[in-house]
Amino acid sequence: MSHETLAISLFLLFVGLTLILTVRASRQTKDATDFYAGGRSFSAAQNGLAIGGDYMSAASFLGIAGIIALSGYDGFLYSIGFLVAWLVALLLVAELMRNSGKFTMADVLAFRMSPQPVRTAAGISTITVSIFYLLAQMVGAGALVALLFGLTGEAAKALTIVGVGILMIVYVVVGGMKGTTWVQIVKAVLLMGGAALITLLVLGKYGFNLSSLLSEAAQQSGKGDAFLEPGLKYGTEAQGLAGKLDLISLGLALVLGTAGLPHILIRFYTVPTARDARKSVLWGIGIIGVFYLLTLVLGFGAAALVGSKEIAESNAAGNTAAPLLAEKIGELIFGDVGGTILLAFIAAVAFATILAVVAGLTLASSSSVAHDLYAHVIRKGQATEKEEVRVAKISAFVIGAVSIVLGIFAQKLNVAFLVALAFAVAASGNLPAILYSLFWKKFNTAGAVSAIYGGLGSAVLLVVFSPVVSGKVGPDGKSLSLFPEGVDFHWFPLENPGLVSIPLGFLFGYLGTVLSKEYRADKYTEMEVRSLTGIGAEKATPH
Amino acid sequence: MSTSPEEITVYEEVRARPEFAELRRRFRSFVFPVTVAFLVWYLLYVVLSGWARGFMGQQVVGSINVALIFGLLQFVSTFGLAYWYARYAGSKLDPLAERLREEAGR
Repeated sequence: MSHETLAISLFLLFVGLTLILTVRASRQTKDATDFYAGGRSFSAAQNGLAIGGDYMSAASFLGIAGIIALSGYDGFLYSIGFLVAWLVALLLVAELMRNSGKFTMADVLAFRMSPQPVRTAAGISTITVSIFYLLAQMVGAGALVALLFGLTGEAAKALTIVGVGILMIVYVVVGGMKGTTWVQIVKAVLLMGGAALITLLVLGKYGFNLSSLLSEAAQQSGKGDAFLEPGLKYGTEAQGLAGKLDLISLGLALVLGTAGLPHILIRFYTVPTARDARKSVLWGIGIIGVFYLLTLVLGFGAAALVGSKEIAESNAAGNTAAPLLAEKIGELIFGDVGGTILLAFIAAVAFATILAVVAGLTLASSSSVAHDLYAHVIRKGQATEKEEVRVAKISAFVIGAVSIVLGIFAQKLNVAFLVALAFAVAASGNLPAILYSLFWKKFNTAGAVSAIYGGLGSAVLLVVFSPVVSGKVGPDGKSLSLFPEGVDFHWFPLENPGLVSIPLGFLFGYLGTVLSKEYRADKYTEMEVRSLTGIGAEKATPH
Repeated sequence: MSTSPEEITVYEEVRARPEFAELRRRFRSFVFPVTVAFLVWYLLYVVLSGWARGFMGQQVVGSINVALIFGLLQFVSTFGLAYWYARYAGSKLDPLAERLREEAGR
């Protein structure tokens, strides 16, 4: 059996299992709390796994292993930012959010504000962040099928994107939050298992001596000791000061973005109490942290055993490093059949990874359309739960269809920057609004609206005029930007807007607040007491 | 999102209690300094990765260099702080919050 057939069979097995779980979940999904928040009845451990499944995207798995395999140490910088970010969520956001919110991020932001403008802003921001993120995953899925199965035709890629899109719509529409959570749990277990297995085999190959793995990686990379040090990819000496500031900018967006990602925030609503929200983040930190340690070995292992040159020939961004490593280590230890099986397994896991993440994103954005924009802005709070859930399902269809079309359209574009941009927008617009809401007594409607639009707008505008959109040319004279060579309208020197847009988001929020006289003392008292003690917090649905 | 007048009273009543002030103080006096500390510690790491490459590249044991150890220490500090907060919240915050909930009759 070829690895293609095996990989597709394993993947279909995953799809079959998750569809069964989704149908089961749909039978237990009766009201809006079930649909949006899984009845708030998941345990901390289950939600912790689902947090891992929601967060560890293809960018984390294939992307970081690839960056490490090609550029060495710099990929590790990404992992560290992604992990440390969870402390912001743990200490400042998760518990307070669980206690004061209901279904969406906007519930917390609109708590003591005028609901319509704040929910409109939060809804727009949620949809923007989720679509950026979705698009990156969809294009990634198309590229992956080409890389793993040698299907380079446009039709095969388009078909993959349509397939992924349809599956994510089914998970969300049929299973709601319960179905989506189970998909993420299964995926997290598979991904951790797959990564741990390959890591053990690689370390075993080097007698569990990390130092000899690293020196072999440095040698095979052709870059020597520099491969084990920062500076080959981000902030290279050739890029000068702008490159180094870009490194700081990226680091800031990664560490501050996580706690502003809507699809991550709604996970805190799926457990019975704030204490469970805290515990689920602890589980999440454990799982995500271990996973990034594993990707370190995967990346350096791929450089050592496959070689950076071969990986770069397979895919310029290194996205095939982990699958190629799986094949190589399987061959080395178990022979050709072992290589085929491991490659197929990792390929199937990669698809499962993408599916779980896109389902989470679709759920977050369609929840916001239904609960924030439809129920509270259009219907002014008069919609029934049934109507809300129906609108959420329709939105999931529309958002799914839009991302399928955009994904096919963007297939040839270089959209790798979109994940970093989603983090930058979340850190610049959502995080200031969330933190001010939870901790600043005087914060008001004008402040919330200015923080979100100001942060979102400045992050997006700066990226439009940055080298990722136009004017970046590689050594071969070909464009490395979104636009082809010859088009250059960039004036902002950094590729990551965070360094400027995050402080701007906080500044806009501050100015909006002090320039408006609105202040509701009673609602602040309610929010403060509720967020810290859980008095009046939404309860789990008894089953 | 509608709040009846009597609920407002409950919240105002709770907020006036000394235990609530204590809960708020304990929470903020932990999370604010710790957040500042780990952000500074993380930014130090990023800045050194950009500007102190000679130092980061120094080999310590075999091919394991300062950069790798520094990066791994970020994992250790993240795990450690998360554990410390969980312990702190379990012993210093949860009992107070629970007492306030019980007294409020919820």
